[in-house]
Amino acid sequence: MAALLAASGKAFGDVIRGTQPFSPFDYAPPETLPGGRWYFFSPDEARAVEAIVERLIPADDLSVSGKEAGCAEFIDRQLAGSYGSYERLYMQGPFQKGTPEQGDQSEFVPRARYRRGLAALDAWCRASHSKAFAELPGETRDEILSGLEAGKIELPGFDGRLLFETVLGNTMEGFFADPIYGGNKDMVSWKMLGFPGARYDYRDYVERHNEKLDLPPLSIAGRPEWKTRG
Amino acid sequence: MAVKLPRKDVVVIGLGWAGSIIANELTDEGLDVVAIERGPWRDTARDFNIATAADELRYNQRQELMVRPAQNAITVRNNASQTALPMRNWGSFHPGNGTGGAGNHWAGITFRFGPDDFRLKSYLTEKYGAAAMPEELTLQDWGTDWAEMEPHYASFDRIAGISGKAGNLNGVIQEGGNPFEGPRSEEYPTKPMRQPYGPTLFAEAARKLGYKPFPVPSALLSEAYTNPLGVTMGPCTFCGFCTNYGCANYSKASAITTVLPALVRKSNFTAVTNSEVLRVTLDRSGTRATGVVYVDSSGQEWEQPADLVVVSAFTFENVRLMLLSGVGKPYDPATNSGSTGRNYCYQTANSVQMFFDDKNFNSFIGGGAVGMGIDEFNNDNFDHSGLGFFGGGSIRVTPIGAAPIGSRPTPPGTPRWGSKWKSETQKAYLSTMSIGCEASSYAIRGNYLSLDPTYKDRLGRPLLRVTFDFPENDLKMAQYCTSRVAEIARAMGPRQIVERPMKGHWNSVPYQSSHVVGGFVMGTDPTTSSVNKYLQAWDVPNLFVVGASAFPQNPGYNPTGTVGALAFKAADAIRTLYLKAPGALVPA
Repeated sequence: MAALLAASGKAFGDVIRGTQPFSPFDYAPPETLPGGRWYFFSPDEARAVEAIVERLIPADDLSVSGKEAGCAEFIDRQLAGSYGSYERLYMQGPFQKGTPEQGDQSEFVPRARYRRGLAALDAWCRASHSKAFAELPGETRDEILSGLEAGKIELPGFDGRLLFETVLGNTMEGFFADPIYGGNKDMVSWKMLGFPGARYDYRDYVERHNEKLDLPPLSIAGRPEWKTRG
Repeated sequence: MAVKLPRKDVVVIGLGWAGSIIANELTDEGLDVVAIERGPWRDTARDFNIATAADELRYNQRQELMVRPAQNAITVRNNASQTALPMRNWGSFHPGNGTGGAGNHWAGITFRFGPDDFRLKSYLTEKYGAAAMPEELTLQDWGTDWAEMEPHYASFDRIAGISGKAGNLNGVIQEGGNPFEGPRSEEYPTKPMRQPYGPTLFAEAARKLGYKPFPVPSALLSEAYTNPLGVTMGPCTFCGFCTNYGCANYSKASAITTVLPALVRKSNFTAVTNSEVLRVTLDRSGTRATGVVYVDSSGQEWEQPADLVVVSAFTFENVRLMLLSGVGKPYDPATNSGSTGRNYCYQTANSVQMFFDDKNFNSFIGGGAVGMGIDEFNNDNFDHSGLGFFGGGSIRVTPIGAAPIGSRPTPPGTPRWGSKWKSETQKAYLSTMSIGCEASSYAIRGNYLSLDPTYKDRLGRPLLRVTFDFPENDLKMAQYCTSRVAEIARAMGPRQIVERPMKGHWNSVPYQSSHVVGGFVMGTDPTTSSVNKYLQAWDVPNLFVVGASAFPQNPGYNPTGTVGALAFKAADAIRTLYLKAPGALVPA
């Protein structure tokens, strides 16, 4: 009966009667892409983003850099996916600036923010420093990033602050998200913080107060030693 | 052109907490019920599979479980002189989608409102005098009282299996519970949750200052529980992927873990998913609902006739559907007339953050409703004489989990990137905690809901427009209550404390809470309310509009327990009163 109704029911919506529409092993997987290539960035754009993320998250005794952790790969794959086009968001016009309390009102989706923003950044760097951003020394890149953050640098044809905020937000996502998305290589940020990742049961630990637990982190994809012969 | 379907006894709009509860109660009465849900059917194993549920990017950053703004957004502004603009991505609040609604990704804190809350205007006037009422406030009574509400709160607690410790059983104060709560007819269905370090430390400090800490009432269950419908839930594992996530353990009570598994088996129930109701249809007189028109995922429109229409979507969609359907007169703040859209309120979120050198909170352990609280500075639990404001807040420590894209506390002045940023982030991650104060939000004339004149949804219908800013009353309250919280924080001995009372204009960008209420409020007077105390529309007796849209103002508590109680209340009124004598249950 339920199956009959489900089949004929399509005619007036997705009709559910009698039993829950449950199928064993049916699950909605995360949206991930395999590594080893760039999906959205051109070679110049990839170099520029790597040159940014290694300054936003520099290598030091706490962790590798954002570049080595895969933040640029993370951003590239996010831009290639549903996030890159803001397909889930409300993107109908008219677009107006609004008050700070009304939030991001830019008409540009993330892909456009990177494509236009990175081109504008390189144009600005070539005009003022005769080189692309990625070719500049680290300290100079820091000064430029600070200038963008403070709104003191005006890029030709794109809002520098919007570019900075977009890249900073995505870089932090890449550094701290599960490694399945291409960043946080070897769970480097989780080891640094003491965050155990995708573990799902702390019943044995909830009442161990003020104790350093040192739980090795776990990714949705498991741990590296699960995939090596013992 | 809509194709007409065969008549049903009841059509229910939305299968979150309210719609699922009412549909279940009315099918028990033998009625033929169809429920229409704009989102998909949610299933724990499919939608929050344990292998992939712990995914901060997907659920917290990309808001997988929330209604997609591309499908349904709102516009926002602080006051009527501004042009409202779309909230292009959810910020301040997180409306849900699909069966279970926002009840899938909620925190699970399940307070009952206080007995005085239901007659707030009368209560404050009797106690402090009419002259003490701040002029800006438009407080109203609900038209119901504690005695009428309590049995329905108890029904909700039993369905959801709420964990906690009673503070007042039939008028007798109980050690270890909240002494300020209204008298309960029975103990919580499940025992209180075990507590991580932060809440324990807070409770000790609060107790030393003379306060009465209690475990926060929680819809994350402390133990296995089988509810009266025969649906079984498992114990919470403190995984920390809770608020904004679905629960893979069947531990967080939601319509999909407590009601729908039983409801869907009934032969007199049908769910229609991925189908969005466009409007409630009225007869020529405008005083009788004839059914609804909805559009399915292929774009086909259907007319579903029904004898009884129950609107039980999220606050925003309840009010928008009433405005789009022409039910009630739209509220106009300029003339202070009309009721649809009136008394829109929010919640006033405050906190005090504490940085320690010598403590390890393991703050990744937790859940949305795991914690300890005090109620000494909530509502009118403290004397407001001479303070110049009314209201207060629920003060508590509830570590919801600390997945690090969103949870990286650092002291003010820390750079946002670079080596210094990194070392400060690493230093503070496990050694920082905060005390929250979820405080009341009282109505003023200028805060309201209406249809936006410019922005449309994907179907060409106007978006709902939110006009809201914090009343002076609430900002004063925020300052006062946050100072009290800071005293407790200091007693805990941190290196540094940061007080964050709500200040300035309402900002739609940072998440505060999804506790949006009002716009189609309960009351005794049809000129200032939209539904009577049974959630029945004044103008259309066969239409019931149920949800937080019925709150005339918001106390310093989370709203879901009261939404559940109102759903049971409306269902009870339909079962015991309306079906016997269909018509207005309260004379207008």
